[in-house]
Amino acid sequence: MSQYAIKAEGIGKQFKIGAEVDRSPTLRDALVRAASWPARVLRGEAGGPTEKIWALRDVSFEVKQGEVLGVIGRNGAGKSTLLKILSRVTEPSEGYAEITGRVGSLLEVGTGFHPELTGRENIFLNGAVLGMKRAEIQSKFDEIVEFAGVAKFIDTPVKRYSSGMYLRLAFSVAAHLEPEILVVDEVLAVGDAEFQRKCLGKMGEVAEAGRTVLFVSHNMSAILRLTEKAIVLDKGRMVHAAPTREAVEYYMASGFSQSGERLWSPEDVPAESAPFRPIALRVRDPRGAVIDTVRAIEPLAIEIEYELAAPITGLRLGVYLQTVHGEVVFTSFDTDSPEMFHQHTTRAAGRYISRGVIPAHFLNEGQYLLGFNASTFRVRRYFQDEAALAFTVDAMGAPGMQWTEVRLGPVRPALNWTIEAAA
Amino acid sequence: MASNPKTSPSAPETIRLQPGKGWAPLDLADLWRFRELAFFLTWRDIKVRYKQTLLGASWAVLQPLLQMLIFNFLFGSLAGLPTDGIPRPIFTFAALLPWNLFSNALNEASRSLVSNRNMITKVYFPKLLIPLSSVMSGIVDFGIAFLILVGMMFVYSVQLTAAIFALPLFLLLALMAALGVGLWLAAWNLHYRDVKYLLPFLSQFWMLASPIAYPLSNIPAQWQTLYALNPMVGVVEGFRWALLGSGAFPTLPVAISLAVSLVFLVSGLFYFRRLERTFADTV
Repeated sequence: MSQYAIKAEGIGKQFKIGAEVDRSPTLRDALVRAASWPARVLRGEAGGPTEKIWALRDVSFEVKQGEVLGVIGRNGAGKSTLLKILSRVTEPSEGYAEITGRVGSLLEVGTGFHPELTGRENIFLNGAVLGMKRAEIQSKFDEIVEFAGVAKFIDTPVKRYSSGMYLRLAFSVAAHLEPEILVVDEVLAVGDAEFQRKCLGKMGEVAEAGRTVLFVSHNMSAILRLTEKAIVLDKGRMVHAAPTREAVEYYMASGFSQSGERLWSPEDVPAESAPFRPIALRVRDPRGAVIDTVRAIEPLAIEIEYELAAPITGLRLGVYLQTVHGEVVFTSFDTDSPEMFHQHTTRAAGRYISRGVIPAHFLNEGQYLLGFNASTFRVRRYFQDEAALAFTVDAMGAPGMQWTEVRLGPVRPALNWTIEAAA
Repeated sequence: MASNPKTSPSAPETIRLQPGKGWAPLDLADLWRFRELAFFLTWRDIKVRYKQTLLGASWAVLQPLLQMLIFNFLFGSLAGLPTDGIPRPIFTFAALLPWNLFSNALNEASRSLVSNRNMITKVYFPKLLIPLSSVMSGIVDFGIAFLILVGMMFVYSVQLTAAIFALPLFLLLALMAALGVGLWLAAWNLHYRDVKYLLPFLSQFWMLASPIAYPLSNIPAQWQTLYALNPMVGVVEGFRWALLGSGAFPTLPVAISLAVSLVFLVSGLFYFRRLERTFADTV
């Protein structure tokens, strides 16, 4: 038996993407294309000219039996592609991987759930989809129901479940899977805080039970807690592999532009974002300078520069602020206020800057991640990058600096304290 | 290693994931490993088929009955096509039974990959199970409609012969043909949604090209061999022979149908396996 549970050797994955712009074909090209059409139809390649991109390239690593490996990287770094290859959903285009042991993959929870079926029926169906035997599901059935806390509704079609109940049931089935190798995508990014805690607890148990786990997350505190080693992916390449703490530091330090500005060139933007195109995300101090370290006692401006190739109705640009531990501090949209909302119902084609100001005396010291999103409410998400830019807050001059202790919590407001003698 | 003895009875094997090229073996062992999933998928398809319908499983009865009435009117009262001396209702119904099984199975199988694309992109399993379970789930409808036929045979006092024991073979032949063609269409449907628009025409044309409203004897003898290239010719004639004891065993059409179905099935299986590795990247 191999000592490695997973051994990846130069793995790469190339995707075809439909090219938007058609180069003007010559008659000869057209004739060649026409002649080879039947063959291309059979191979499923007849959908017009295609361009190829590498989503993953030359990734090699090993995971020993019982080891828990974290995979970190920004959106589009190739994390999901790597997980899909290792869980056999898709084949690599080059290189190879050797897997020793039964793999359970959780690229999402609730795969195969059917809304018309009851909770009970879906447990069996989903369990079978995840590779559990019927007897195995039967023996864990009560545990699954209890963990999900849906005993009362177990014979109700899941389409009547609240989204929370649905998620709990789905995760519960997955959590009771007992593979030798568990491959987990960011399933923990869903659900409320309490549910996430429960999931993390379960993940911890799995890891402690000596099983091999490959864990992908944006949540750095979860990565730090659950994994021993981590690899960092960037633009499809593995740029770092180290003990988790070191890998996270590397990722925080170099994975992001620390210049206070993040720029997107047109080729960085996925085609499905059109007509929206992000240009830049910046952090500015009150004097207008683009900076990577801001002072807690000063306001700071967040600036999103973007271009619309066509008008969009109901567009809103939002920023997410989170700590480096993955706690969300707040979410705010440029059309939050009723006046802005009515003034900007439709944005015409053109270039824009949406600017929001975080007031002084708001953030605590530490590192923060800024993400942003462009969407129309419940209709479409044009673009999203949950962690586009990192910046540091310096607490110099903030309230309470006379004590050197570290303050807990992401905010550090200057409260209007009074002290008076009680009568 | 602290693994659960129930899930890993033997030392785990090492699988190698690497780029595949060209034709892939069928890997029937893998299909067998996932037999329980095949069962659950079939069971799901049966369960959800008539969910949210007012009449539920009665559709399995109503559909062929209404079809039969229309056929009787169109091809009997209006066109006056012959039935080889068999009462027209039972002549038509005995043909509609395998036809509906085939056409539903073909339709469901062709759409199956697209409607299950979420599973395809999220978890590993042999994708063959998806069209296979779509085809299998139609058997319940067939069983229900079959009971109606038994009732009709009683009413028309049709004498059963030992030929009825051959019925499962023709059933199998219909399923083979549906799966064979369904595999080709299902794989195409992922790349080209044209299949969705092609299917209704294909079904309609195929039905008219099968001896459902008219007997095989209506086709000029010199064309019968060509005609039997349609695998449903052998199936439908076989059904009539097995149930109604009409005429001699249709050896030639059944033999040709079997050969054609096998060609579709085997080529479909290999074509499907060849394209399977790109499914997750295409949907």
